[in-house]
Amino acid sequence: MQFGIFSVSDITTDPTTGQTPSEAERIKNIVTIAKHAEEVGLDVFALGEHHNEPFFSSSPTTTLAYIAAQTSTLQLSTATTLITTNDPVKIAEDFAMLQHLSGGRVDLMMGRGNTGPVYPWFGKDIRAGIPLAVENYALLHKLWREHTVDWQGKFRTPLQSFTSTPRPLDEIPPFVWHGSIRSPEIAEQAAFYGDGFFANHIFWPASHTQRMVALYRERFAHYGHGDPDQAIVGLGGQVFMRKNSQDAVKEFRPYFDNAPVYGHGPSLEDFTRETPLTVGSPQQVIDRTLGFREYVGDYQRQLFLLDHAGLPVKTVLEQLDLLGSEVVPVLRKEFDSLKPAHVPDAPTHASMLAARQEVAA
Amino acid sequence: MTRNLVVVSAGLSQPSSTRLLADQLAAAVTAEGDFTVTVIELRDLAHDIANHLLTGFPPGPLKEALDAVAGADGLIAVTPIFTASYSGLFKSFFDVVDKEALVDKPVLIAATAGTARHSLALEHALRPMFAYLHAVVVPTAVFAASDDWGADSADGLLGSRIRRAAGELAAEVARREPVSVVDPFALTVDFKDLLG
Repeated sequence: MQFGIFSVSDITTDPTTGQTPSEAERIKNIVTIAKHAEEVGLDVFALGEHHNEPFFSSSPTTTLAYIAAQTSTLQLSTATTLITTNDPVKIAEDFAMLQHLSGGRVDLMMGRGNTGPVYPWFGKDIRAGIPLAVENYALLHKLWREHTVDWQGKFRTPLQSFTSTPRPLDEIPPFVWHGSIRSPEIAEQAAFYGDGFFANHIFWPASHTQRMVALYRERFAHYGHGDPDQAIVGLGGQVFMRKNSQDAVKEFRPYFDNAPVYGHGPSLEDFTRETPLTVGSPQQVIDRTLGFREYVGDYQRQLFLLDHAGLPVKTVLEQLDLLGSEVVPVLRKEFDSLKPAHVPDAPTHASMLAARQEVAA
Repeated sequence: MTRNLVVVSAGLSQPSSTRLLADQLAAAVTAEGDFTVTVIELRDLAHDIANHLLTGFPPGPLKEALDAVAGADGLIAVTPIFTASYSGLFKSFFDVVDKEALVDKPVLIAATAGTARHSLALEHALRPMFAYLHAVVVPTAVFAASDDWGADSADGLLGSRIRRAAGELAAEVARREPVSVVDPFALTVDFKDLLG
């Protein structure tokens, strides 16, 4: 099982000090955070994509390439790559390039983006979100698998005899996850292609995640990719830890109460009960996270959101230390001992290359 | 066949004349047929409604209320009139009801206020809102002012209006099939159709 962190790249005022990091500081810090994720033994770093303030990450492959150059094992991913407003040709090119530069340590997560005003800046319409996600991904899928592509669709100019370069590393396209909170069409899309499905699992109750993952597993089997329990599932999660549970609650509360998404709304206690957010001791995080398996089954990737809502970088690095030293080693051991042998790990470039060589031999 | 009658009451005080009117309407409807009645007091859900507006998902008790409304064969909606219209809490609740949930649903609208001068708020505020949601609002809307609960109620005008509205709602429910709720997580299209 893979463990990692994901960042949405928000630049938020620290409500306890009134300090807002500059873009330059926040961008420098994200590199430090990603590198530290590898240092403490995590597997994955995923970065969001946004084209509006207060977010900095408009160009994830640039950031991820820089991180790739300073790490050696960390899998680089996205959370998410906008399949609606980006040109699928550019996604094919950018991520193939990143694959080469990082030695294959790349996968990506497709998302639609839910910020209405962003769509028209890229000549698109949010009301066509699902058709855009479907058509654009169909083209991206083809560009990575066919050398010369003739293509015509509704949303971009046709392609005649087009070759996306560079070709995917070893002709193996990056593994793709499809992220969604509540759109069954996206679970269906992931199932159709035999790709991974990543449930946001942060803002909404666990019951939603359970339904979406169950649908994805059922349809994954329907399309002949394997048994339902062999589908590739990832989950988000949100934690804040201190050795002493009460210290965690006390320290995190002002960040929660003022957080951009849910701040000034439900209480920390309500939100902790209603959603998978866990604020407490490392042991509480371990117990809650192991519980996710009870409603989604054996799954392949767990990403935590740590750096948001104005938390200082020092605190984020301490959270990573706790995750790496006390939480993830236990989770790895527990999840691995529970997982039956026929349930696969999340595909990586190395595993897909090995599988192809095995078939050839 | 037993049908589901759901009553939404937006009264704020305890006891509330809005709830009193809601109960009288519910009793009049159940006198017309076999109904199970579920009463939703929006006061109890006020924080959940605000949180849903902010976070995008309904906390447990609100989820139950929204499911009850979606699954209702008939709906009674009663609000106090505040500042010339329905109360903000009443509107906020219907703002988080699924936009498909009230399509073709029989609805009885009713309101309370201090004086009869507010009575047309039912016609210029509540009826258009439910029309927008494609609900079927029965012709008789019921308004009760303070006078209707006091000495002036002796003429029985409010009572006859309640019975007429209740009869209209029961008739609309009776001529429809029981409501089946659409599962928001159900796939409605095959992916090959999405691909075109």
